[in-house]
Amino acid sequence: MTALDALPPTGPGSPDATGEASGEAGAGPWRSAWRRLRRNPAGIVGAVIVVLFVLVAVFAPLLAPYRPATAEWFGQVTPTSVPGPSAEHPLGLDSFGSDLLTQLLYGARSSLVIGVVSTGVGLAAGALLGILAGGIGGKVDTVVMRVVDVLLSIPSLLLAVSVAAILDRGPLAIMLAVAAAQVPIFARLLRASLLAQRGQDYVVALRSLGLRRRRIVVGHMLPNSLGPVLVQATLTLATAVIEVAALSFLGLGDPNPAVAEWGRMLVTAQARLDQAPMLALYPGLAIAVTALGFTLLGEALREALDPRSSR
Amino acid sequence: MLTLVVRRLGLLVVVLFGLSLLLFAWVRALPGDPARALLGEKATPAGIAAINERYGFDQPVWQQYVTYLGRLLRGDFGASINTGQPVVQTFTERFPATIELALAALLLAIAVGIPLGYLAARRRGGWLDHLVVGGSLLGVVVPVFFLAVILKYVLAIELGWFPTSGRQDARIDATHVTNFYVLDGLLTREWDASWDALVHLVLPALALGSIPLAIIVRITRASVLDVLGDDHVRTAQAKGLPRAIISRRHVLRNALLPVSTTLGLQAGALLSGAVLTETVFSINGIGSYLFDAVTQLDYPVLQGFILFIAVVYALVNLVVDVSYGFIDPRVRVS
Repeated sequence: MTALDALPPTGPGSPDATGEASGEAGAGPWRSAWRRLRRNPAGIVGAVIVVLFVLVAVFAPLLAPYRPATAEWFGQVTPTSVPGPSAEHPLGLDSFGSDLLTQLLYGARSSLVIGVVSTGVGLAAGALLGILAGGIGGKVDTVVMRVVDVLLSIPSLLLAVSVAAILDRGPLAIMLAVAAAQVPIFARLLRASLLAQRGQDYVVALRSLGLRRRRIVVGHMLPNSLGPVLVQATLTLATAVIEVAALSFLGLGDPNPAVAEWGRMLVTAQARLDQAPMLALYPGLAIAVTALGFTLLGEALREALDPRSSR
Repeated sequence: MLTLVVRRLGLLVVVLFGLSLLLFAWVRALPGDPARALLGEKATPAGIAAINERYGFDQPVWQQYVTYLGRLLRGDFGASINTGQPVVQTFTERFPATIELALAALLLAIAVGIPLGYLAARRRGGWLDHLVVGGSLLGVVVPVFFLAVILKYVLAIELGWFPTSGRQDARIDATHVTNFYVLDGLLTREWDASWDALVHLVLPALALGSIPLAIIVRITRASVLDVLGDDHVRTAQAKGLPRAIISRRHVLRNALLPVSTTLGLQAGALLSGAVLTETVFSINGIGSYLFDAVTQLDYPVLQGFILFIAVVYALVNLVVDVSYGFIDPRVRVS
């Protein structure tokens, strides 16, 4: 399938095609990537999941039957049982007496916000380091990459816990914590991608034309590195959703235990695992399905942007 | 080979030095006064002054750092502000539980992952291949703690096949030599203690093993596919070598190199995952220790902890790099 795709004259993903005409920066490869993406069933499933997730997160207040984390029906929860599905509560109550469906829908919201913000921050900071290292090179490269090595020498969860410890518990801490763990990944990716292009003909040509280094790096090499970064960002969103849940699972999220966060819902559900296993099942599935969506979409993007990788 | 080890150890020293500086700066940047945090509601100016003097919080910052560095060099990672126990001591008591869990998970993942990945590649496009590819995707997207909770509910609570928590049945009077419970039982010939520890280990190891398993299967499959297309394999086939010998000598040996690289990278993920798994199965490893330290702002414990983990992590990666030389002699040359 992919062998046929490579035939059209606008060669996919080849940097030379985008580098020479800065006017219409690479409409060709992006368009053919989009065509390949649409033909990938796994990618479509991923995209549908992601779109649904975003819609649920954005429209949670309209979709949810009640307000979140109210503990309004706490009186109905007894030490030995949590009310199951009923006409008023389609999925039943959680162990704090809030509506379970409402909690799940609002959980999507907090996952999306924290996941997107943390990935955005991690991407921005990592990209900056990567551009410094790969674009300037020399001593700057050595110093930046040593810093990245130190960051990488700390397991990501530990890094996240450290950040959360500095900032105290709360959503902001989780965002920065997850972002901190992502910085070295993006820095390395962008550096490697820039280094790979340094010796390419179009860069040599631009240099011989007398263009400034900043102009070459920012205006030409960077746009050609966006593909892998986009793929990595999508895949990182999957791990971000899981890491966010892991941190709130460990109690580093919102101090309010009844908050609508998937990770936190899962941890409180553990105490009643023998009475109401569904309380653990729903948030766990929500995390897994969301992560699956981003992973499928990310893999499909990778194949679409770099057809050689799918072989 | 020796130069590699020496150079890497040198790099480790540099990284550790940088890390100690970062950690020191980080702990000073924490909000809240440690003495106040320690005394809580009962904080009086005199009490705070006493704590500050005892732990040196009242000295100039650079002097605190020099003292700190000097202690580190002597192997003194400080004592917990809360319990007064030396960090190193608590570590040696608790770390074996975490290591035992991580090793069990890794062994499980290797034992299952490499054969599965190999078979999937050999029968590419078959039902096993599809199952393996789909399953490894699930292994990546299902969080460890969720898998742990499911396993605990189904296999321990509903079916009662395995214990729900802990490392060993409290009724077993076991002698602990190394704090690796399975090993302890073997050393003291208390077979039932060893067996019980092993049974307690099954579910946590299954849950934690899902992370490296998914990755090992994927990498093995991909690299076996890669090697199968190589010229030397075709030559071996053309020579008429038996298939078993081709698989073992020519395919697997080459294909396992990328797999061993990823094993080193898994150390961090395993450790983080172990912390999460420990909380689900109430295992007294370093996980709970770390989180007590975070909530109580126990600086010495946090600093010692991160440095210790960084050393372990770096050494694991060094061992992995050195082992390339044995798996692939070409590395030794370059």
